[in-house]
Amino acid sequence: MTQVANAPDRYLEELERADAAWGRGAPAWLKRTRKDASGRFQSLGFPTTDDEEWRFTSVAPIAEATFALATDGRAALRSADLAPFRLTDLASAELVFVNGRYAADLSSVRPLPRGVRIESLASRLATNASEVEPFLTRVAPFERQPFTALNTALFGDGAFVHVAAKVALDAPIHVLFVSTADGRPTMTHPRVLVVAGESSQASIVESYVGPRGDRYFTNAVTEVVVSENASVDHYKLQRESLDAYHIGTMHLIGSRNARFQSHSVSFGGSLVRNDVIAVLDGEGIDCTLNGLYLGDGQRLVDNHTVIDHAKPHCGSREVYKGILADHARAVFNGKIIVRPDAQKTDAKQTNKALLLSEDAQINTKPQLEIFANDVKCTHGAAVGQMDDEAIFYLRARGLSHDEARNLLVHAFAGDVLNRMPLEALREHVEAVLLRQLPHATSLRTRP
Amino acid sequence: MLTITNLHVRGGNREILRGINLSIDAGEVHAIMGPNGSGKSTLARVLAGHPEYEVTQGTVLYDGRDLLAMDPESRAREGVFMAFQYPVEIPGVNNAYFLKAALNALRKHRGLEELDAMEFMSLVRARMQMLDMDETLLTRPVNEGFSGGEKKRNEIFQMAVLEPRLAILDETDSGLDIDALKIVAAGVMTMRTPQRAILVVTHYQRLLNYIVPDFVHVLTDGRIVRSGGKELALELEEKGYGWLEADHVAGAPAGKA
Ligand SMILES: Nc1ncnc2c1ncn2[C@@H]1O[C@H](COP(=O)(O)OP(=O)(O)O)[C@@H](O)[C@H]1O
Ligand SMILES: [Mg+2]
Repeated sequence: MTQVANAPDRYLEELERADAAWGRGAPAWLKRTRKDASGRFQSLGFPTTDDEEWRFTSVAPIAEATFALATDGRAALRSADLAPFRLTDLASAELVFVNGRYAADLSSVRPLPRGVRIESLASRLATNASEVEPFLTRVAPFERQPFTALNTALFGDGAFVHVAAKVALDAPIHVLFVSTADGRPTMTHPRVLVVAGESSQASIVESYVGPRGDRYFTNAVTEVVVSENASVDHYKLQRESLDAYHIGTMHLIGSRNARFQSHSVSFGGSLVRNDVIAVLDGEGIDCTLNGLYLGDGQRLVDNHTVIDHAKPHCGSREVYKGILADHARAVFNGKIIVRPDAQKTDAKQTNKALLLSEDAQINTKPQLEIFANDVKCTHGAAVGQMDDEAIFYLRARGLSHDEARNLLVHAFAGDVLNRMPLEALREHVEAVLLRQLPHATSLRTRP
Repeated sequence: MLTITNLHVRGGNREILRGINLSIDAGEVHAIMGPNGSGKSTLARVLAGHPEYEVTQGTVLYDGRDLLAMDPESRAREGVFMAFQYPVEIPGVNNAYFLKAALNALRKHRGLEELDAMEFMSLVRARMQMLDMDETLLTRPVNEGFSGGEKKRNEIFQMAVLEPRLAILDETDSGLDIDALKIVAAGVMTMRTPQRAILVVTHYQRLLNYIVPDFVHVLTDGRIVRSGGKELALELEEKGYGWLEADHVAGAPAGKA
């Protein structure tokens, strides 16, 4: 297998073009890193299903397609198109990116507490990069991660969130990435860097959205640094066009007594891969990874998570739940590593799928790599169908078939939804979930 | 109100009901008794519209309309209520939320305004008191972790809130101790009105001491083999079901239903 064959020429062209473009303004360290990343991508190529990490997920549709690096795409977008995706009332700041570029006129930032900075990564890099230098591209490794390498080589913009020590930001920050196909398949490589200083507190919502029917490729990378005693709640709402490809990787690193929650909601995209990698690099860290996904039609949703217990006395809880209809497929792979040093680790993982059709399927694999002896690790996986007897019970009391089904799906998802601290966001997600559920015709239960 | 004619029902590749004839008028209380496995629950579930059964012959008219052509929710909205022999546990669905949704679905169908949370709660409180039901059951998920008795009480509570025209109670007595049985039966009796019909399905006679039927039918092996007044229940209590089955095998005509 020649690896370059997996990194088609059209991607190489974009890499070369990007290479030329960085001449302007970018700091030297970043130029070097980008060049390394470009080289890494070229030698790694796109992963194939021979790769254990990609066994059930073929990215051939991405590797074989031609995506042009998106231009601003503003012409195709009306402000009204954004309305369903906005969280303006809820957020202290809403940064909107159209095809990967910051759109100041679509964004809004309320007065923020001192010590909080929220801005376009491109403008930060163009002015003073010293604040991002210790973190950007250093939290998310790309030696063996072709998509992270590709993003690192090609990202043009994204969000930079910095919360200074001891500062608490009450309302969440919303970073909204909108992609449009702009008449031809396009790709964007959004980048987000969140740095939460010592004893600070913040919640961040990342949304990935696109107009219905548009075919494009989003390859996002997020890096999160949670310093000592800091607390970060992170939400990802993936609501891409149902014809889009979405690869999203989040790396986070936590220090002593940090608290981190990830809530990953994946409702859109035809081929979706979400990676969450949490490194618990200090004692007493409390880490929560939750996920909720919905698949229908022929869509594929792949969630991979890694919780790396590197130090003693950390706790992690993970609950992923999926709802699959029609011919949808899902992959869940949850790896928990407990390093030799990480005594008194307490890790709990649960993964459940609700199959609404007999043709839907999930491949699920817990992966425990435990090198310490005094630890508590539990994991459980369950795949179930809609309870026909419960559906009948509800209908026999007067609820319609769809109402009954929605109530049960809602109850199933409740485990994950109820763990979201932001109530308004939870309600938003609930509403989207119920709206997006497929119609009853695809269910097993007869009307 | 309800006219069942020559009803044949298959379930899982065998014929469970083999020609049921039964008529029930408004204001009447009928009891169906029979040994385990005779098809009592099948009859109740078919009337409620359970999709796992196949009606191969016969008709069921409800107020002159073809009941079997209606989906389960339409039957419920038109006033048919079945209290389940085995109420389903539904984790994650709040009991009060569910019941409010059900009540409002019925009210909407009847052209009434939906109740808001306050109105709903005051209605519900009164009914819970009538059934001496623990109010915390309302805030729990539907039937989840309920004791056998609590489940049965919850069924009758739902009936009291939904106020059906035709109530079918499938083995409501099982799981209830004698005190609970009296309370639940008294609750059912308050709902005995000239507009409402009640069909009580039971294996034992004891419930019929408290919900006194106008007619008793004996179901064995998928057929009604005898019908009579309330004294038939006592006779069964004394003699068991065996004599009727023998009777039936000997070719005795099935009692007029
Ligand atoms: N869905 C079904 N599929 C196959 N057999 C069934 C089904 N439901 C009931 N039966 C069978 O039909 C018979 C009657 O059951 P049921 O109506 O529950 O009786 P009862 O309520 O009088 O005890 C039993 O033998 C039972 O096993
Ligand atoms: Mg029964």
